[in-house]
Amino acid sequence: MSRVQNTLIESVRKVVGWVPERWLPGGTPDPLIGRHGAVGTQLAQLDGPQKVRGAARFAAEVPLEGLCYAALVNSPVTRGRITRLDTAAAEAAPGVLLVLTYRNMPRLGLVPLMGVTNLGAVGNSALPILQDDQIRYNGQVMALVLAETQQQADHAARLIDLSVDTAPALSDFQAAKPEARTPASILVERNEQSAGDAEAALRQAAFSTDATYTTPGHNHAAIELHGVTAHWTGNRLVLHDATQAVAPTAAALAKLFGLRREDVRVLSPFVGGGFGAKGFWDHQVLAVAAARMVDRPVRLMLSREAVFRMVGGRSPTEQRVAIGADAEGRFTALIHTGYSVMPPYSASPEQYTLGTRSLYRAQSYRFGQKHLDLDIVPNTFMRAPGESVGSFAVESAVDELAHAMDIDPVELRLRNEPETHPLTGTPFSQRALATAWRQGADRFGWDARSTMPRARRDGEWLLGMGCAAGNFPYVRMPSGALRIRLTRDGQATLSTSAQDMGMGTATVQTQHAADRLGLPLDAITFEMGDSDLPAAPVAGGSSQTVSIAAAIAAAASKLTVELLRLAGNASPLAGLRAGEVRLAEGGLVCIEDPTRRETYGDILTRAGRDEISVTETGAPPLEIFKYAMLSHSANFCEVRVSDVTGELRVTRLLGVFDVGTILNPRMAVSQLRGGMIMGLGMALSEEVLFDERSGRIMNPGLADYHIPAHLDVPEIDVTWTGIPDPRSPLGARGIGEIGITGVAAAIANAVFNATGKRLRDLPLTLDRLIGAEGA
Amino acid sequence: MNPFTYRRATTAPEAAAAAALPGHRLLGGGTNLVDLMRKGVEHPETLIDVTGFSQQIELTPGGGLLIGGAVRNSALAAHPQVRRDYPLLSRAVLTGASAQIRNMATVAGNVMQRTRCTYFADPAASRCNKRVPGSGCDAQGGFTRYHAILGGSSACIATHPSDMCVALAALDATLHLLGPDGPRALPLSEFHRLPGDTPHLETELRPGEIITGVELPPPLPAMRSAYRKVRDRASYAFALVSVGACITVENGHFAEIRLAFGGIAHRPWRATRAEAALRSGPATPEAVEAALKLEFAEARPLDGNAFKLPLARRSAAALLAQLIGETA
Ligand SMILES: Cc1cc2nc3c(=O)[nH]c(=O)nc-3n(C[C@H](O)[C@H](O)[C@H](O)COP(=O)(O)OP(=O)(O)OC[C@H]3O[C@@H](n4cnc5c(N)ncnc54)[C@H](O)[C@@H]3O)c2cc1C
Repeated sequence: MSRVQNTLIESVRKVVGWVPERWLPGGTPDPLIGRHGAVGTQLAQLDGPQKVRGAARFAAEVPLEGLCYAALVNSPVTRGRITRLDTAAAEAAPGVLLVLTYRNMPRLGLVPLMGVTNLGAVGNSALPILQDDQIRYNGQVMALVLAETQQQADHAARLIDLSVDTAPALSDFQAAKPEARTPASILVERNEQSAGDAEAALRQAAFSTDATYTTPGHNHAAIELHGVTAHWTGNRLVLHDATQAVAPTAAALAKLFGLRREDVRVLSPFVGGGFGAKGFWDHQVLAVAAARMVDRPVRLMLSREAVFRMVGGRSPTEQRVAIGADAEGRFTALIHTGYSVMPPYSASPEQYTLGTRSLYRAQSYRFGQKHLDLDIVPNTFMRAPGESVGSFAVESAVDELAHAMDIDPVELRLRNEPETHPLTGTPFSQRALATAWRQGADRFGWDARSTMPRARRDGEWLLGMGCAAGNFPYVRMPSGALRIRLTRDGQATLSTSAQDMGMGTATVQTQHAADRLGLPLDAITFEMGDSDLPAAPVAGGSSQTVSIAAAIAAAASKLTVELLRLAGNASPLAGLRAGEVRLAEGGLVCIEDPTRRETYGDILTRAGRDEISVTETGAPPLEIFKYAMLSHSANFCEVRVSDVTGELRVTRLLGVFDVGTILNPRMAVSQLRGGMIMGLGMALSEEVLFDERSGRIMNPGLADYHIPAHLDVPEIDVTWTGIPDPRSPLGARGIGEIGITGVAAAIANAVFNATGKRLRDLPLTLDRLIGAEGA
Repeated sequence: MNPFTYRRATTAPEAAAAAALPGHRLLGGGTNLVDLMRKGVEHPETLIDVTGFSQQIELTPGGGLLIGGAVRNSALAAHPQVRRDYPLLSRAVLTGASAQIRNMATVAGNVMQRTRCTYFADPAASRCNKRVPGSGCDAQGGFTRYHAILGGSSACIATHPSDMCVALAALDATLHLLGPDGPRALPLSEFHRLPGDTPHLETELRPGEIITGVELPPPLPAMRSAYRKVRDRASYAFALVSVGACITVENGHFAEIRLAFGGIAHRPWRATRAEAALRSGPATPEAVEAALKLEFAEARPLDGNAFKLPLARRSAAALLAQLIGETA
């Protein structure tokens, strides 16, 4: 977040720019790119049958002898000091084992915030956990009650009597704007960036648009609630967790509780949806502390309401996007600035301007974000943090300009495709957004769109079409370790602590490992979700697939070297170096002379070994500094809007994705479509009702926080360009987040096309369409 | 949730006797009451399960239908006679909640369900005159999207959320009650109260009374009816505004018209003024427009729900236009 970081990153970018391509990861394209093997097939989710049978055990389902249950008390006020905390009735209630408050909670340090300057850190909140009598946000945990049953704990939690000396709280977005902070950087990017005098260019532009767009807070609503089962044996801790950060959680707990790292084990084999929410929050710490105090295993599962109150979501934003264009529609100015909420104790900067920075070529630019400091539950990363809401603003603005200029919105975008990264001039590793646009327009039947709003109608329903681009950066995490163990019977086990939140990581990496090691699928076992395995970083930024892929590739290289050494002089491979062989058909094969080959089993047998095991870490992700690496999408949508009620129905959605190699089409479709459904929810109905008078969330449940119901979700068509990225492992880029981007703008643009009404505030609810006058 | 005792009543008189006891509450499908217990809004000491009787849907001697209080919402909606003679009711019920909830929810429980005001549902932090009479109303000046535009008071602006009851109001249904003084009947549209300064008194149900059933009058010949619900999702959301209407038209004039709204008041809102203005008059868009204006003359929309006034008028006008079209 600092100026130092900006300087550092910019010098790395500069240095890496000088380094010859072939010295860098991705400099020589991954030989597996374009090979037709297990990668690219429709292998079904390997743990599917287990999940369907209910045999997959989630963190809050682990049975343990002597288990007891926790309930939490969340603060009903936003700021203040506890003046009275009477726990006597709760302690006396049936079954109660412990009431934990700031008075008897073990004294613990703070959890370091996750961030680009500290990749090992996992904290989503830098606030103390039950350490003092201060209340810092509405929903903060005030007490934990442990009892023999969940019902007893829930009941006793209600009996705690709390008095608070309330203090004034910051909870008003508009009122906080004058005090907004301007951070030096947003993730790894310098925050404020400009080229030329964009404001002047805007004033002089032949055509222009300049408007403010707002998006509300969004809350996480993964199907699995946050839950842990914590269990001590002596000084050793086992935590069954639902987490996106297995190894970093273990490290954080070890540090916090003063344990050796090897004495903490975090297990998270299955996670019922992450999306950025399943990080490190207060509940893990509370359960671990409580378990230690009663010396019994503790189950703590958050209620849906508690997820809203204690696990942050996406910040609201207010964004200005202004675009100037010349008579041909070439952008002369592009401005994207705004405000979001990020108190100093939270980790997520909601990077809504970052996507815009590489999306279009323009003669002048201005970008910058400001942070508001409100007293809220720490906001956090939520599927495509930044790009999801940022694409709504910029892609609405492009549509406004297209309408003002009477140019087809697809055409306007094509005219402003950049050849290199607009700000840095770095080449794109691969970018085929233009191809995606053409492919999509054709497939969707875009030419049936009327350029005039309100021109198509079916009874009371106005029909419209819209489109919008989305993008999301390629991210690969440094430092993911992975072990390959190969046994004499030709079986390979790959192990890493990484996490599968339901998207199919183990399945896809099994496919990858089969190709990388030259083994059949059924010879591969992929182990993950256990901090005792080689440590992988947090799953975030759609980075896990390529991070693990890089680790597998690195480990396979190391394995090759070790196998050649083991093979020795009696082997047909004798004298060959690692670069001269490849892993294929269950062994090593000389590239020049494929008759020189030996199976893994034969090599191990001759060497008198049962197995061989190597652990390696993926190469540092320097390719991201050499190239501009991003995924793109072209979204198309058709809507119907009732001219009577303003009800909005999305009838068709198409996403064309330019995301590199598709490793498994079946799972890719599911990821991308899932992202699009989340984008649909963002467009239609999702909104945290944050009462600015009190600082309290007023819809903490799924009856009132409206995610799309089945009937809201139309047929969604998903397709892709299928062009591999020559600079990434397997030619792939992450696909977890790109799906959500651009969808809300495509829908808002279609609404404009249907009704002639430009809605710049999400969600696109019917009151915004019919207004108070019913106009 | 507080510890409570669970009992099953086997007859209506037994349930009514138990309902009179302090701390006792009747339990239908539990889809509303149990939620409110979890949230700490309701704290019964004893629950009396009343789903074991009054489960029939029967023809009345006059040709109407008597629907038992314990009939499940899904059974009601699927009943062949209901679908044939009162499609409005079937439609309205099916627009409510989800299939799972409708499978549990009972007719009496649906009538008695409480408001969805989020300040009402938040005893930990919000003031509410329904929960604690005289404590204040945090909904005023807060999120009022689901709140009343008609019949509210300074003490309470909550709405009754039921879809089924809007249809029942438009169908002129009668509630059958059983209490210490024996059975009595009350028109459904007079059963729910306006909040005034006693918003905690929500219905005309007396202590020790239970709902045993709902009676529908025989369907009118050539009656056309429909239900339209407008909400924030395509399904599984409460009404922002809903409209139920039954009409018969003769020679271009309304012979009969019954019109009710949901989502806009503390009770299912029978539009008696509009009905009176239209009855026997010409079935034209202009007449409908004027009548609706009259009906909403005293509407007091709030900042957060001003859109409901045009929404209600336009939805009703469109629905009536559709029905008039069907009779032509
Ligand atoms: C997520 C969700 C969405 C919903 N969406 C909708 C919707 O869109 N539209 C809609 O109309 N409804 C909706 N509902 C509400 C649903 O219709 C009601 O919860 C249901 O009808 C209540 O019926 P029940 O039998 O479960 O009542 P219970 O919860 O058992 O009881 C409700 C009340 O009725 C009282 N009661 C029960 N039986 C009797 C009796 N015989 N005599 C007197 N009092 C009695 C109880 O004491 C209690 O006070 C929704 C509910 C949920 C949870």
